Amino acid sequence: MALALSDHSSIVTITPPPSRRRRFVVSKIGRIGGISLIATYLSIIVVIPVTALVLHGIGFGISTNGAGPALWRWSWHLSPMVFIHALQLPGAVHAIGLSLWLSLLVAFINCVMGLAIAWVLVRDEFPGKRILDGFIDLPFALPTIVAGVVFVFLYGPASPLHVDLFETWIGLMVALLFVTIPFSVRAVQPVLEHLDRADEEAALTLGAGPVRRYLTVVLPSLAPAALAGFGLAFARAIGEFGSIALISGGVARTTPGSAYVFMLTGSFQWAQAAAVSTALLLLSLVVLITSSVASRRISKRLGS
Amino acid sequence: MKRPTGLRVVVLAYLGVIVALPVGYLIYRAFSKGFSSFMSQVTQPGAVHALVLSLEVAAIAVPLNTIVGVGAALLFARHRFWGHRVLDLCFDIPVAVSPVIIGVALVLAYSKIGWWGSWLATQGISVLFSVTGIVLATTAVSLPYVLRSTLPVLLESGTDQEEAARTLGSGPLRTFWYITLPVIRWGVLYGVVLTLARTLGEFGAVVVVSGNISGLTQTLPIYIYDSWDQNYNAQASFDNALILAAIAVVALVVLGILRSKERNHRGDLA
Repeated sequence: MALALSDHSSIVTITPPPSRRRRFVVSKIGRIGGISLIATYLSIIVVIPVTALVLHGIGFGISTNGAGPALWRWSWHLSPMVFIHALQLPGAVHAIGLSLWLSLLVAFINCVMGLAIAWVLVRDEFPGKRILDGFIDLPFALPTIVAGVVFVFLYGPASPLHVDLFETWIGLMVALLFVTIPFSVRAVQPVLEHLDRADEEAALTLGAGPVRRYLTVVLPSLAPAALAGFGLAFARAIGEFGSIALISGGVARTTPGSAYVFMLTGSFQWAQAAAVSTALLLLSLVVLITSSVASRRISKRLGS
Repeated sequence: MKRPTGLRVVVLAYLGVIVALPVGYLIYRAFSKGFSSFMSQVTQPGAVHALVLSLEVAAIAVPLNTIVGVGAALLFARHRFWGHRVLDLCFDIPVAVSPVIIGVALVLAYSKIGWWGSWLATQGISVLFSVTGIVLATTAVSLPYVLRSTLPVLLESGTDQEEAARTLGSGPLRTFWYITLPVIRWGVLYGVVLTLARTLGEFGAVVVVSGNISGLTQTLPIYIYDSWDQNYNAQASFDNALILAAIAVVALVVLGILRSKERNHRGDLA
């Protein structure tokens, strides 16, 4: 539409914008509708299932008399012994314990290695660095079962390297180190990239060596990010199933929590599966909260 | 500053053992056995059916999560409303907890094992051992990717252009199509590729709800698992894993391209 500003009559012909009030009402209806749709979607996909899982896990039961979801027909009961009995199943405590210490170990190793890898990717220069950088995301993009198949071929009974890690905790650890490495590196890398070099240069002029500079100047600034990466890697490791499903061999000694839950579903022990899942959820919640609180404390102390 | 070559050696050795060795072995095995043996394994009826089912599930889950992700990103970026933090958190739950646990949760909520399952069954909805369950589980575990890749772009771009369009009389749909979408398209596409990669490769959540019925509820990842675990057909397992690995590598390359496009796009805006 050509606008001739000198001719005032042509401006009048432009469609006027809807009145403020009408637009406000329309956008409000749209907003409430959108929020309700998303809330409904999230309820169906996430909130109702996870709530049902935890309630089943702690032995909360609902009986409905007759058909239909009608509220007035419900009666409920709570039997926390379901939770305790499930943990008394053979292998349950062992599986949860194995998941816990293995995930802590893996998250710790990759936290340290993640700091080193991020340093090399950001501060070091060598041919092929860009390729190495893209390489870090591969374990994240690769479907977990593909990783599982590769590990059982590479480190299984027919290993071409003659290292048989089948049904050993080292085999589990190698698989978990593989799948968690992107989380540890990518948590630290952007922070290191944006780090102001002035403090390091100041330390250099004051005569601090490379190790001392790193420990006293760089590491404290990276610590919150590294801790966040630790939490992410831990959460991934404790929930991981596909990549360890084959190399664990399905024996009790090397069955971590998630694989144990899967075994329970195979024998239709759903209430017990819910109870063990609830225990695993609680554990990862505790570690995630601890690492995020620690991370926030450190950054607050640095800020002041 | 002096370069820490010792550290470089340590890092390269670690990545070599943990990442490059398995990946290199995957590629080596892929090419060492010959193409005809690969083709014979991936064209088995069970494998083809599993691949088709995986693609069908992705064809439902990816558009659904894309629409919800973009919608939620628009709402979270443009409006502060009561409970938006809770909704935001809910998006991350499915990827923060074990996929196996998500599978168990869906079974307990919607199958006959749960409280309303028998009522749902009379309505024709069954989750356990069914394609419905596979779709539900896959949709759940690929929930947050589009939101997480779109929201930062929206927050950064601001609302100036949209407001300008509104004052010129453009309606909400037209504003979205001509102003908002061109700004966020690379971000959305990035999330879509991540969602697609996750839906095609999902194993833990699907294996719990699917019941692993051969030729019926087997997606490709479950076929790969089953070939090794039940049928001791290692070659079938490996060759079909190669298909998924190839998809993952293509996804990574596309993501790399999208990241640089996004960077250029931001450069243009600045």
